[in-house]
Amino acid sequence: MTSVWDRVEPLLWHVEKPARYIGGEDGSFRDDKGPDAVRWLLAYPDTYEIGLPNQGLQILYGILNEREDAAAERTYAPWGDMEAAMREASVPLFSVESTRPAGEFDVLAFNLSAELTYTNVLNMIDLSRIPLHTAERGPSDTVVVAGGHCTYNPEPLAAFLDAIVLGDGEEVVGELNDVMAAWLATPAAARTRRGLHVALANTEGVYVPSLYTPRYADGVLVGYDVDAEAPATVDKRTVADLGEWPYPRAQLVPLTEVVHDRLNVEVFRGCTRGCRFCQAGMITRPVRERPKDQVLEMVRSGIERTGYDEVALTSLSTADFSGIGDVVAALCDPEQGVPEVAVSLPSLRVDAFTVATAASIQQVRRTGLTFAPEGGTWRMRRVINKLISDDDLYAAVDAAFSQGWRRIKLYFLIGLPTERDEDVVAIARLAANCVERGRAHHSKASVTASVGGFVPKANTPFQWHEMDSPSELHRKVALLRREARATRGLDIRWHDPDATGAEGIVSRGDRRIGAVIERVWRDGGTFQEWSERFELARWEAALDAEGLDLASTALRARGRDEMLPWSHLSAGLHPDFLWGDYESSLAGEGLEDCRWTPCYDCGACTTYGIEHVVAATAPPAGGSQGTGQGLDLTGPVTVELGTTHR
Amino acid sequence: MSDTPRGVSSPVLELPERLRLRYAKLGRVRYTSQRDLARVMERAMRRASLPLRRSAGFSPRPLLSFGLALPTGCSSRAEYLDLRLDHESTTSPGIRVVDAADIDPASLHRLCALLSAMLPDGVDVTAAAALRGPEMSLQEAVASCDWELEVLGVGPAEAAGQVERLLGADAVMVTRERKGREVADDLRPSILSLRVADRPARVLDGHGDVVGIDASVSTRPRGVRPGELCQALGDQVTLLGACRTYQWMENEDRTVRAEPLSEAGVACVGLPARTEVLGG
Repeated sequence: MTSVWDRVEPLLWHVEKPARYIGGEDGSFRDDKGPDAVRWLLAYPDTYEIGLPNQGLQILYGILNEREDAAAERTYAPWGDMEAAMREASVPLFSVESTRPAGEFDVLAFNLSAELTYTNVLNMIDLSRIPLHTAERGPSDTVVVAGGHCTYNPEPLAAFLDAIVLGDGEEVVGELNDVMAAWLATPAAARTRRGLHVALANTEGVYVPSLYTPRYADGVLVGYDVDAEAPATVDKRTVADLGEWPYPRAQLVPLTEVVHDRLNVEVFRGCTRGCRFCQAGMITRPVRERPKDQVLEMVRSGIERTGYDEVALTSLSTADFSGIGDVVAALCDPEQGVPEVAVSLPSLRVDAFTVATAASIQQVRRTGLTFAPEGGTWRMRRVINKLISDDDLYAAVDAAFSQGWRRIKLYFLIGLPTERDEDVVAIARLAANCVERGRAHHSKASVTASVGGFVPKANTPFQWHEMDSPSELHRKVALLRREARATRGLDIRWHDPDATGAEGIVSRGDRRIGAVIERVWRDGGTFQEWSERFELARWEAALDAEGLDLASTALRARGRDEMLPWSHLSAGLHPDFLWGDYESSLAGEGLEDCRWTPCYDCGACTTYGIEHVVAATAPPAGGSQGTGQGLDLTGPVTVELGTTHR
Repeated sequence: MSDTPRGVSSPVLELPERLRLRYAKLGRVRYTSQRDLARVMERAMRRASLPLRRSAGFSPRPLLSFGLALPTGCSSRAEYLDLRLDHESTTSPGIRVVDAADIDPASLHRLCALLSAMLPDGVDVTAAAALRGPEMSLQEAVASCDWELEVLGVGPAEAAGQVERLLGADAVMVTRERKGREVADDLRPSILSLRVADRPARVLDGHGDVVGIDASVSTRPRGVRPGELCQALGDQVTLLGACRTYQWMENEDRTVRAEPLSEAGVACVGLPARTEVLGG
């Protein structure tokens, strides 16, 4: 493989942020492997500064590069100015480490964390000069694969990907490397794409879309014809013990500023709070905690190696980590050998106890405080199983303002199932009450309420539910803004409802959406996550050209018996559990966290013979969120285990 | 881990409270911005356990002050940075802050090596000096700097003609965008010298002749960026690369110029600091 640096360099004077394209991070890999090693190019389909911190890619980068028979480099989506310069100078997509062309790698592996990046995936395959469609690729073309949270409905990208991995990648990436190595060792004449596809499909957790052919009747998906050599359903992979995988061991330290520019240590994976809108919480079950000593060791060695002055303890709800008290105490104690460091907890639980924890560890430098009540009314929060009372929120906010914070951010969703206008308006009232509480402590206390539009996602209890149209979401945003106008110190921010509509198309659509994505890309629609580059009209025109529309692909409700596009792909959750939980939701019934209460058999543990790895046997003190504690204080909520699944 | 302090081998490193460093920024890393490099420096200093004095407030930052900004994409053999250490800090047992008069040059040498090892490829600390008096800040002190440019779009003879024309002109106007408006500026007062370099010419595949140009530019009335010099040389001239080779302070009657490191009495290691008597 040969570097194209000499051709890249003259372009760098003329583009914005050239540091995006030069690599040079501390912790990056220099290829010293033998010729037989499988060459991976790990790709994030957005800019360098968004993609570099992605922990999924960094974990795989570390695991692959520790193997003798694998070598992994990285690439990111070139921004529009660089893409234009590359195309004009006939420079292909290249790796940031050795500036080698993407098409010379054996595997191009994408992380899919956001659906609106899909047009960038197509653009990057094209810039790599790899045939865009799997069907056009021959035995010597780079193999294009993907993993990440979005793969639970991969159908919109089915035509472009050779294989898709479901679930945790730590173990399966090695198995994929073995399959690739064997295939590459086969004499070229005997090598076929189909042979590779069959071998990949017989690797647990790997979905090969070319072996599954969708069938439609009256414009509706009715089933898949499954190749005789492929399994009928593909199950996700789950790492049983996170303690066995202390990755990334050498987190990359970039030369230029990126998002989440700090040390990140994952304290647990999975969440069983059971928030019904939350795809991440559903597909990553069960909870697997990292041993607290390992967390401390990863913080200590990571800070020492990187020189960062901030560490984030990451998970879906870090205050629920059994070892949080001990870890925090150790990080605050200079005798424990961790240099002075700011600790951030990116996902706070909404209660005063959590705020006290945050305050005790943020003596060095105060980062922002964010809470996510998600719904404006208790009724709404019962429907989505985010069981926070108004009083929980007020207690958390009081604690935060009294501990010296002056600005608080609240996250809400609109367009939730059963939502009424009063639920939307209540968001502004709730936030205004928080401002008023803040004023008791500081005259300039302020609250930012960020509002996103809800997209019901695959493998959640709401996967059958309809979603609000962009115009309905626009109406609700206007309603909210009108209500919030009178409150000084309250700032309402909202996600563009048009972008939510497009996210619905690619999250909920079937394989026919591939042609829509291709049209949007060919029309110049890259970087659709960036509001300045997004236009819903492009998506609507593409749908129209394919004989489809927003209502039937994204918005409409699905029946219980309808074939969902992702019905052959499993996160372990029983469809009956999801349907039962959906019905409970519509009845306003809550469901407790199964970490601390008896199992209700969602399927995530029993299907795969694994279980929670949680050090504490009792729920954390000080809050009611999902733990069943204190629910009686705030009115009647039925929480009847055993009646929710039938 | 052993009992030796992080990043520092024994014996204890004795450093002055105020330090000026010279560093080079060469190779790929030149595509980082000045702001990026400041962050890289901060991390390297934390890894080296330097007890940096920090600003007050909710978000304390280390007190580092950089001199003239280096434009993104330009390399340099002569960048400078002032920093202050905290006597009272207890977080760095391997470092002791002592009076500037007592500094052993070997300590400064060790500091250069320590930081260079913590910095990315292409960034190296090449000199360190104790600051002891009421030195001017780098921003105030530096009067001029020297550049080596590489330009495309003209041959050596044509470039020499352009240089002559430019030096003979009363005014050299360039335009730039400022707050969304085009502003025209005269560069001529800031151009101290300009000539086609006598380095051997080379040809870049697909781009033609690469011509070297040496420039010396004043920081007042305004600094001149390499890209602006190129613009002044002609529309067809584009910049391939630029390296800052020196930054200079001047004495009052402008007869002597010296590197910001080499004020009388400061200790200095690494590449020797340079002082020049300017021809009358």
